[in-house]
Amino acid sequence: MAKKREDGYLSGREARRIQKENRRIINEFEKKRKRKNVPESEYLTTMHDPNNAVEFDDLHTFFFTDSGTVHSVDGVTFSVPIGKTVGVVGESGCGKSVTSLSLMQLVQRPQGQIVSGQIRLNLGDKAYEISKVPQEKMQSIRGNVVSMIFQEPMTSLNPVFRIGDQVDEVIALHDGEGKTKEEIKKRTIEALEMVGIANSEGVYRMFPHELSGGMRQRVMIAMSLACSPRVIIADEPTTALDVTIQAQILDLLRNLKDRINSSIMLITHDLGVIAEMADYVVVMYAGRVVEQGTAEDIFYHPAHPYTMGLMASKPVVGKHVEQLYSIPGKVPNPVNMPDYCYFRDRCEMCVKECEGAYPGMISLSDTHKVSCYRFLDEHRAEAEDPDRMPEAVREMMDAMKKLHADNAAHAAGSDAEREV
Amino acid sequence: MADDYILQVKDLKKYFPIKGGMLSRVVGQVKAVDGVTFNLKRGQTMGLVGESGCGKTTTGRVILRLYKEKTGGDVLFEGKEVYDLNAKQMRDMRTQMQIIFQDPFSSLSPRLPVGEIIGEAVREHGLVTKAEYDDYVDKVMDDCGLQSFQKERYPHEFSGGQRQRICIARALALNPKFVVCDEPVSALDVSIQAQIINLLKELQEKRGLTYLFISHDLSVVEHISDMVGVMYLGNLVEYGRKEDIFDHPAHPYTKALFSAIPVPDPSSKMKRIVLEGSIPSPANPPSGCKFHTRCKNCMKRCMEEAPVQKEIAPGHYVVCHLYDN
Ligand SMILES: Nc1ncnc2c1ncn2[C@@H]1O[C@H](COP(=O)(O)OP(=O)(O)OP(=O)(O)O)[C@@H](O)[C@H]1O
Ligand SMILES: Nc1ncnc2c1ncn2[C@@H]1O[C@H](COP(=O)(O)OP(=O)(O)O)[C@@H](O)[C@H]1O
Ligand code: SF4
Ligand code: SF4
Ligand SMILES: [Mg+2]
Ligand SMILES: [Mg+2]
Repeated sequence: MAKKREDGYLSGREARRIQKENRRIINEFEKKRKRKNVPESEYLTTMHDPNNAVEFDDLHTFFFTDSGTVHSVDGVTFSVPIGKTVGVVGESGCGKSVTSLSLMQLVQRPQGQIVSGQIRLNLGDKAYEISKVPQEKMQSIRGNVVSMIFQEPMTSLNPVFRIGDQVDEVIALHDGEGKTKEEIKKRTIEALEMVGIANSEGVYRMFPHELSGGMRQRVMIAMSLACSPRVIIADEPTTALDVTIQAQILDLLRNLKDRINSSIMLITHDLGVIAEMADYVVVMYAGRVVEQGTAEDIFYHPAHPYTMGLMASKPVVGKHVEQLYSIPGKVPNPVNMPDYCYFRDRCEMCVKECEGAYPGMISLSDTHKVSCYRFLDEHRAEAEDPDRMPEAVREMMDAMKKLHADNAAHAAGSDAEREV
Repeated sequence: MADDYILQVKDLKKYFPIKGGMLSRVVGQVKAVDGVTFNLKRGQTMGLVGESGCGKTTTGRVILRLYKEKTGGDVLFEGKEVYDLNAKQMRDMRTQMQIIFQDPFSSLSPRLPVGEIIGEAVREHGLVTKAEYDDYVDKVMDDCGLQSFQKERYPHEFSGGQRQRICIARALALNPKFVVCDEPVSALDVSIQAQIINLLKELQEKRGLTYLFISHDLSVVEHISDMVGVMYLGNLVEYGRKEDIFDHPAHPYTKALFSAIPVPDPSSKMKRIVLEGSIPSPANPPSGCKFHTRCKNCMKRCMEEAPVQKEIAPGHYVVCHLYDN
């Protein structure tokens, strides 16, 4: 393959070659996908851990574009346990949405394709390998087993139909067999009430534009939860909302999740929202998972320089700093990824191994994993040495440590009180 | 003493007519800004916070006289009423007061190269001689973290953060004294946000700028402001030094707003006052105190009588009946 120039310039000949190659690859994938009457045995699988609702296993989802192949999701592995919330963070373009769209088989086709890896979905009595599930079968999984709440509820609701009709339609589609119109309407009203819409009969007859942003988001949530899905994907569900409305919606999501015992995959770039909602956190950078662990692991003991940078660059109420930390440099070009640690060109804590290949995952505890050479045994002491961190990062680490200690002291205090 | 203040805003009002019926008659009014009073010292930053639709942007725009008229109140810039200036005086005033918009994508003309976007108004206002022009534009770009070779490029070739730098450069090229920053970082990623906030602070120090900084992100406002104002349905319900507002919030709305901020600490899950319902329509605001429909402390008089601004500590103003005595 001809070496691409740094600035991404392509000669006419190179461009035509890429297009031809893309067509060939895409056709192959599409042919597989569109097959009819595929026996279930072809996409049945078993969960590696039956307590998981979803297992992403070395997932690769690429876009075959005219300017080259975009490695949007480039070997992502993590699982979503049943009944838990997993937060996925990372800056825009790092592959959060494409990861979740892969689980729904909603990646924009034909140029977007799951090229390798597995997504195992737990259906209770059996498990499916989503990348192999044929199109027709996927229909019944979307909405019933996995459902999605998007960032902008206005674009996901149809402006010309009444709210009631739209929710009715979803219920009829997934759960309407043998039900009369009245019965379906009754379910819709219940669903609207469940998400805290007071005037549910009135809202049933309204059009989307007659509702506020927060109300529209409630309707979206009612629609996605109407069929008690096992997995809820919430992609920036509150980014377009005010903090006060955001607080209401987060509260609502948390309560509903517990009521139907489903799992949430929560995608957001707001670390505050993650801290509040998530049991587990996955940090993504340039299409890969760079760190994962429990919320406590990630917030009190962040290990990857990128996670630390993200946390230090967020202003926090009550924490006064002169200057905010800003991670130097920018994300590498997704068409032309380096063959070393993707974060190296921005990293201020490199060690000599960073010159080598992309770092593998290192376990820091049963729950906490990081892909960074600083945690090789011989660098461990160095990795934890505050003097080797940029000043703003050190400040942030100190603040989090103090917070952790205070919380622990506080918890111990209230335990003692209880014993009295 | 009044000279200390670059901007004095007194009982400012801006209503928009609601037209309806066949003859497009005025059938009502949206009271977007309904009595806003504050003073701002030179070189300081006033943060303006509140839920969407509460009138933050409109406040910024009326102050800059971006509407033909205001409905009531005074806007004194360096002691002079902005709405009394004639066309020629207003032209000069335009260079001294600038605005940076929320959306760096739609506020830049896609057909002009960046150098022209930044320099256009500089030439129009004859701020520098022809000979100095090129160097001047380079210097402004450099101050804003842009490189001069990028002059020939078009906005679509830049990332979100870079486009916001272009917007900042365009505003600062006119060498203003006062800049309204309307949600300048809301559309950007956290890591890019930090760069832009640092840049705005650095430029403020270098050039002695005064900012009105509008944002719904309270942590950003706390970081950048000296003074903070909290708006609800067109009213400034609380206003004072940042320390007063954040350490001793007094108005029930301010308290609810602050408790809704998610903090990046997994053990602090849920210790908040969740506000019920959403903001009422500014076309038909509640009687008495406009916040009474959502207020936990609502008393009988709150429904009938609108509270007035009171100074509860030096420089800390609140509009709420709880502080009547
Ligand atoms: N339809 C598409 N065609 C080509 N590239 C795409 C397409 N959709 C996404 N990508 C690319 O895939 C990468 C990951 O995109 P994705 O939308 O998952 O990012 P994200 O982390 O969710 O970002 P954001 O926070 O902005 O939503 C990006 O480089 C993006 O440009
Ligand atoms: N040109 C206009 N015509 C009619 N209503 C307007 C106009 N501009 C703003 N409004 C209304 O005024 C209120 C305050 O708006 P705005 O200041 O933009 O709020 P925000 O705090 O989100 O910036 C809103 O109800 C808005 O719909
Ligand atoms: S592997 Fe090296 S370059 Fe990559 S994040 Fe860790 S220290 Fe930085
Ligand atoms: S005046 Fe009354 S209703 Fe309004 S904020 Fe104060 S206590 Fe609440
Ligand atoms: Mg996204
Ligand atoms: Mg606005």
